[in-house]
Amino acid sequence: MLMKRLIGAALGASAFLAVAAGGAEAQTRQRFEFWYGLTGQLGERIAEQCKRFNDSQTRFEAVCVGQGGYDRAEQNTIAAFRARQQPTVVQIYDAGTVNFMLSGATYNAVDFARDFHMNINWADYFPGVASYYATSKGEMWSFPYNSSSAVMYWNRQAFGQIGRSEAPASWEQLERDMRALKAAGHACPMAIDFDTWQWVEQFLAAHNLPIATRGNGYAGLDAELAFNRGLLPTHLANMKRWLDEGLLRIQTAQTGKTLIQAFADGSCAVTMASIANHGVVGSTAAPGMEWSVAMIPVYEAHARHNTMVGGASLWVMQGKSRGEYEAAAAFLDWVATPAEVQWIPNVTGYIPITIPAYQAMTAAGFYSQPQYAGREIAIASLSFTPPTENTRGIRLGNFTSIRSELQSELQAAFTGQKPVQQALDDAAARGNQILRRFEQTMRGRQLP
Amino acid sequence: MSGKRVTFNQLWLAILLILPQMLLVFTFFYWPAGEALFWAFTLEPPFGGNLQWVGMQNFLTVFEDPLYWNSVQRSLLFGLSSTALAMLFGAVLALFVDRQLTGYKAFRFLYFWPYAVAAPAVGLAFRFIFAPEAGFISAINQWFPGLWNPALDGADAMVLIVVANAWSMIAYNFIFFLAGLQSIPRSLLEAGAMDGAGVLRRMRDIQLPLMAPTVFFLVVINITDSFVNSFGIVDITTGGGPSRATDLMVFKIYSDGFKGKDYSLAAAQSIVLMLLVVALTFIQFRYVERRIHYT
Repeated sequence: MLMKRLIGAALGASAFLAVAAGGAEAQTRQRFEFWYGLTGQLGERIAEQCKRFNDSQTRFEAVCVGQGGYDRAEQNTIAAFRARQQPTVVQIYDAGTVNFMLSGATYNAVDFARDFHMNINWADYFPGVASYYATSKGEMWSFPYNSSSAVMYWNRQAFGQIGRSEAPASWEQLERDMRALKAAGHACPMAIDFDTWQWVEQFLAAHNLPIATRGNGYAGLDAELAFNRGLLPTHLANMKRWLDEGLLRIQTAQTGKTLIQAFADGSCAVTMASIANHGVVGSTAAPGMEWSVAMIPVYEAHARHNTMVGGASLWVMQGKSRGEYEAAAAFLDWVATPAEVQWIPNVTGYIPITIPAYQAMTAAGFYSQPQYAGREIAIASLSFTPPTENTRGIRLGNFTSIRSELQSELQAAFTGQKPVQQALDDAAARGNQILRRFEQTMRGRQLP
Repeated sequence: MSGKRVTFNQLWLAILLILPQMLLVFTFFYWPAGEALFWAFTLEPPFGGNLQWVGMQNFLTVFEDPLYWNSVQRSLLFGLSSTALAMLFGAVLALFVDRQLTGYKAFRFLYFWPYAVAAPAVGLAFRFIFAPEAGFISAINQWFPGLWNPALDGADAMVLIVVANAWSMIAYNFIFFLAGLQSIPRSLLEAGAMDGAGVLRRMRDIQLPLMAPTVFFLVVINITDSFVNSFGIVDITTGGGPSRATDLMVFKIYSDGFKGKDYSLAAAQSIVLMLLVVALTFIQFRYVERRIHYT
């Protein structure tokens, strides 16, 4: 009997100790989960930022989990939400914005910041960045994080050989330069690929032209694609002609070299891509190669407008505990501090997302350092004009599928299977079917 | 002895023994398949809620889409040609090894390796080998500029994925063919040889007919495999392009479902794919197996 009691007491005591220890640990560190989509070197940077956050204070702990790609981050969050296992914060790419806005599964940034007394000053964000993640009424629903825009990379030495010391600002000038480069013996004046982001979306933004009606979809799910009318068919027909004349060359991973690789090794004199590649070009450029970035060109008859933001933002998910939200709020506040906003452009090619951070970096001479020079072009391009209906962003359902339809049709047009106009009409027709299906799926829901 | 069979007297014991297996089959096959069947008749936002019953709409959308039929056609072309290629090479290699040509022991060991390589790794290797500018094959473009470019030419892209898929299946076929060949009694071959049949004649008239069950089994496996397991290769090498030339059915399911987040459309397509594979296998068993004699 005594034995039994002793054992009982011992068990009770150890159970109590275990609970107490667990409780103490939980009290010192309130954890929350953060999922991110970036991979490779960029993913390591995020992990690094998490670690510094965790080292910087004792109350909260961010558990950061890489999902192996933007696509996966979105898929996994959807699957996790349906199983009620969602993270508190998740990094979602620009194209996923519309799904998240309509999901009813998110804790909107404005409400979250107010409810958890965050120090965010929404006016600090560059308008071109903020508008992409804002509702049609201008309320921000996610926190901007890694942001970029499209720029033109050009080889100064190659242009020097044709007597040019400045980047072409217009497509007309670019065409003349490409001809001169070809005549001077350059086999590849410009590298292109089938990525619609810089060749279609950013092109339309810079010309203040709509990709879809209803303000690129911001005003409602009944938007229809509009890219098959006006300037784009003419421009892509020009591109096709230049391709046939050998002024352009298609460079993808499948041909052996991507745009960036073909530009960095000096084989192609011009290309257009995200500013996020700036660091990669810098570290892989052929020895002694002189290169710069410039804003993407605009046809002479059109006034230049701001290009759109690319990259990802941070969303807060519904259905987590108050403690997790407090921890997430601390993390998001910390990420938005000037020091952290400046850290990202320091270690990656992304731009600073707030105006004060940009000003501080300019004042500190960041952009006059040779390895970073040119990155300010992306900010200049992004904030060239205040965002208009056509340049604030794209809010179309299932946009990744629309992109891939357009990409397939561009491939068909550029390889001569069908005329450019027909390819664009087909892409728009198929894209509209996708939009109608999305509208039906989201029946009864309104874009905020 | 005859007529005596081992039986379970207690039904519950039998059920208990079968249960783990049934649970696995149910969890990993019937449940997801049932779920897909349900999704195929509904529309639901990715995050859930707002589920609507839409009847046959998803199937009609699939069948009315000319690009879906394009992907069916591409899949058939891919399946048939990679099966033919893989079986031909598998059989030839097995015949060589069976004849105990020099070094056959090493080859018997080495030929199986490719099957152990995961599809995405195969894709990555072939993407590099066949890259028109940087790969091994770029020499062809030095002599005949523009002849080979899977990034722009749909036919080249199809050749690329067929070769990559066949390469990994050859290994599998090789092992089965070799086992089949080795089970053929030597006396038959020796009798043929004494009657004056040469090597090729013996292969054609003795070895291949006797291996018919193996050939049949491999045709079923190869075709099924090329329909359902080609995703990794396509994803890494061509991404379904150029302009949908390699947009196989499994790849289209992936892009519509996981990239496009249209789970209902992807589910409808998976049901169609499942029925197609079932139908193909049925046809093979119903009409081809009849002509095969198991020894």
